[in-house]
Amino acid sequence: MTSPAATPALAEPSPSARSGGARYVLGKVGGAVVSLFVIVVLSFFLIRVLPGDPIRLLTRNTSLGAAQVAELRHQFGLDKPLPAQFVDYMVGLAHGDLGVSLRFGQPVSQLILRALWPTVLLVGVATLISILLGLWQGTRAGWRRGSGFDRFSTGFALTLWSAPTFWLGMILLALAGSWFPTQGILDPDTPPEFLPQALDVLHHLVLPCLTLVAVLYAQYLLVMRSSLLEEMNADYLTTARAKGLRDDLVRDRHAVPNALLPTVTLVFIQLGFVVGGAVTVETVYSWPGLGLLLYQALSDHDGTLLQGLLLVLAGAVLVMNLIGDLLLHVIDPRVRAA
Amino acid sequence: MTSSIAWQRRRAAAGRVWAQFRTDRGGLIGLAVLAVIVLLAVLAPLISDRSGLDVTHATGGILQPPGNGFLLGTDESGRSVLLLLLWGSRISLLVGLAATLLSVGVGTIVGVLMAHFGGWAQAVLMRVTDFFLVLPSLVLAAVLSTVLTPGIGSIIVAIGATAWPTTARLVRSQTLAVESRPYIERSWALGAGHWHVIGKHVLPAVAPLVFANTTLNVANSIITESTLSFLGLGDPNSPSWGSMLHNALQTGAVTARAWWYLLPPGVAIGVVVLAFMMCGRALEAVLNPRLRER
Amino acid sequence: MGEPLLELRSATVDYRTASGLVPAVRGVDLRIDAGQTLGLAGESGCGKSTLAMAVLRLLPRTAMIGGEILLGGENVTDMSWGRLRAVRWAEASVVFQGAMHALNPVRRVGDQIAEPIRLHGKGSVERVDDRVGELLEQVGLPARRARAYPHELSGGQRQRVMIAMALACSPGLIIADEPTTALDVMVQAQVLTLLSRLVDELDIGLLMISHDLSVLASTCQRLAVMYAGRIVEQGKAVDVLRAPRHPYTKALAAAFPTIGDASSRLSPRGLAGDPPDPSDLPGGCPFHPRCPSVLPECSGTDVLLRPVSEDRTSACLLEVEP
Repeated sequence: MTSPAATPALAEPSPSARSGGARYVLGKVGGAVVSLFVIVVLSFFLIRVLPGDPIRLLTRNTSLGAAQVAELRHQFGLDKPLPAQFVDYMVGLAHGDLGVSLRFGQPVSQLILRALWPTVLLVGVATLISILLGLWQGTRAGWRRGSGFDRFSTGFALTLWSAPTFWLGMILLALAGSWFPTQGILDPDTPPEFLPQALDVLHHLVLPCLTLVAVLYAQYLLVMRSSLLEEMNADYLTTARAKGLRDDLVRDRHAVPNALLPTVTLVFIQLGFVVGGAVTVETVYSWPGLGLLLYQALSDHDGTLLQGLLLVLAGAVLVMNLIGDLLLHVIDPRVRAA
Repeated sequence: MTSSIAWQRRRAAAGRVWAQFRTDRGGLIGLAVLAVIVLLAVLAPLISDRSGLDVTHATGGILQPPGNGFLLGTDESGRSVLLLLLWGSRISLLVGLAATLLSVGVGTIVGVLMAHFGGWAQAVLMRVTDFFLVLPSLVLAAVLSTVLTPGIGSIIVAIGATAWPTTARLVRSQTLAVESRPYIERSWALGAGHWHVIGKHVLPAVAPLVFANTTLNVANSIITESTLSFLGLGDPNSPSWGSMLHNALQTGAVTARAWWYLLPPGVAIGVVVLAFMMCGRALEAVLNPRLRER
Repeated sequence: MGEPLLELRSATVDYRTASGLVPAVRGVDLRIDAGQTLGLAGESGCGKSTLAMAVLRLLPRTAMIGGEILLGGENVTDMSWGRLRAVRWAEASVVFQGAMHALNPVRRVGDQIAEPIRLHGKGSVERVDDRVGELLEQVGLPARRARAYPHELSGGQRQRVMIAMALACSPGLIIADEPTTALDVMVQAQVLTLLSRLVDELDIGLLMISHDLSVLASTCQRLAVMYAGRIVEQGKAVDVLRAPRHPYTKALAAAFPTIGDASSRLSPRGLAGDPPDPSDLPGGCPFHPRCPSVLPECSGTDVLLRPVSEDRTSACLLEVEP
């Protein structure tokens, strides 16, 4: 995406959205299924067809002899012809088998499952906080466009957005590293009961979450502000004022609900951005989630793990997007028109 | 004969754009900042000694704070941080610009094809565009640049391959708008071919907004490049701002609170990105009056 | 006679712009008594909409209102915000043009009609729904349409909703700003008939603004014609149209549309030129550059309204002769 407040025109419901409800849902779900399939195929070919196959990737900087490389290749079934490999892949996928990590030697699906909940926790909490903060502030900034509050908010958000997420994380680490843990998700010597463990996790969560919030919140602020500005000249606001509504009620009961619609769509479209942010934050803080796993796969050129991660991450974003499309269908009465 | 009139008009329009742009203080500041940074980057070979980047030629102590002739201290190999910063700017700017040109190029082509030819070409390309728009671009770019031998070239390709969808959508909507105008119909009636209409009418009309969009795209590309470098996907022999921070993290500069090493690259990235953003927003506001009051 | 519902005394509205003050309304005297209907006619830019919006202070912050605007005897410009908000809709309400944009697209119309009722405390929860249903039936829509969204209704239906909404708090005055402009001829007739009937039945005062004389003629008892921020003629609607006493009114009246010919309505036939730019008015009588009966004195004398016969005022040098 380009500027964080990319024109809300991106969020117009497509013409097909205005047709019947069931047809719309089916269309969107069908589209998502097709996209998922494309991702499955893409993940496979990306790791193999492009210059470099997984084994070559893995052994690039090592000093393994040709025989050992060949043995490795055979071990992972990568010396079979390409179509055969593809069939293996698809069959494995149907059983939830994503292959074995070249580096860790464990099933990829296991690694991913283990790393799943830390990422969900981090992204979930950060997104929630960012949305609440960003939408609240963006609304007030846009309503009083040009005011000191607005100028400050916009400038602050732009600056936060311009600084690379990982750098913000590193600075925060350097500054607050003595008060909060800087690595991982749990201290090894925390008592195994639920409450101390939960508190320890939260304690570890603070810095990475704060970092992710910084950049997400800036994004949502700018998007909400931009959406609200688009509504500012609407006639129905004059009608609301003519009825005798107080200014803040005009804003909250009329302008904001209308401005929220493109905002919600944009938030969902930009989930890929959130995933990218999570990857860098987890790398900085060694937060044991999918992002850190990706980083490790990247540094070790672990082909199968990369393939699996691409599949899972891209697939997750696609599914969330589908949810976003369906959500819009539910909350926008114009899209719902049957 | 007619083309010179068209060019005269375009020059006049460009003059008006500049005059309007000048009134935006943010845009002017951004432009000034960029001019300075680009100048420094270009002049780097003239004002500094490249050999200092070579680890074997490093003369300073390890992770030294500013002093002893090192204005910004030294990195984990004893190299001058200031030197790294200066030469890093070349990489960051180069990759940012090259990647943007690639993505804008691809995006423009796809966008024009979609809008101009319509029909199933549009249907297919639209699905592809939406698909790429939604994908987590960083993940895809990271995987791409790993699979292609890691280095600057693969980063450029990776960014170009993932950042084109927004340009494509913009170009598509603009092309649709332009092609619905009467003079295009007249062009068709006079027997113009596809390439004539696209080359002489659509592209010049679409160019200004694409240019504004490009400026914003560069901001994005620079951030993506720095992130990819930070993840270790850059070229170890050509340090960029992102790879400086990668090294800083890997070698414990963070825990050592080596702020002279941690601050400058990030600040540099932020400043350049912010400058491009201010310019881009100012340009967009000039070209699209609806956005003027942002 | 009692206190007038609405009275304007030398009302002016100026807009603050980068290049100074631009006068949109340059001194208007107006009076509407309870149950009376007054039509305000003129081309776009003459200041009629500005004047209407000024009554409830719905103009942007750059507008400065001068003179007196008395709503039920109270000066609107002196009101505190709290008093103004209480007065809005409860004493005077507005029927806007273009109901598609004047209604909130994401809220049900019943909700929007109920909003002022709840706001001004005119009903308990259960009674509000009944009242909304009542209002909808008054304007000829079934009560269950309250659950519809604006985009689910036709243009005519939306305008009826606007009227129902305007009646919600039983105001004494309704200001209708171009209420039928965006509608087809047939629907227009229906809406106008409805409005006339309601105003009659409920004894409400009506200020109707339009560039279309035929619309005003059918609904209003009295007529005032505006040009360049001033009223140039005022009197009983029927009389004004049958025997206009100002060259501008004459031109407007002569442009009475042919039945069924929609295009002729928008351009007064035989009147050359454009309405003047409020920031650059011609000297003397602002109409003189376009006036078919212009005299040499007209460019130098700024003519004000003066009585020209029983219950008729006009602002023209020609008519001043006894």
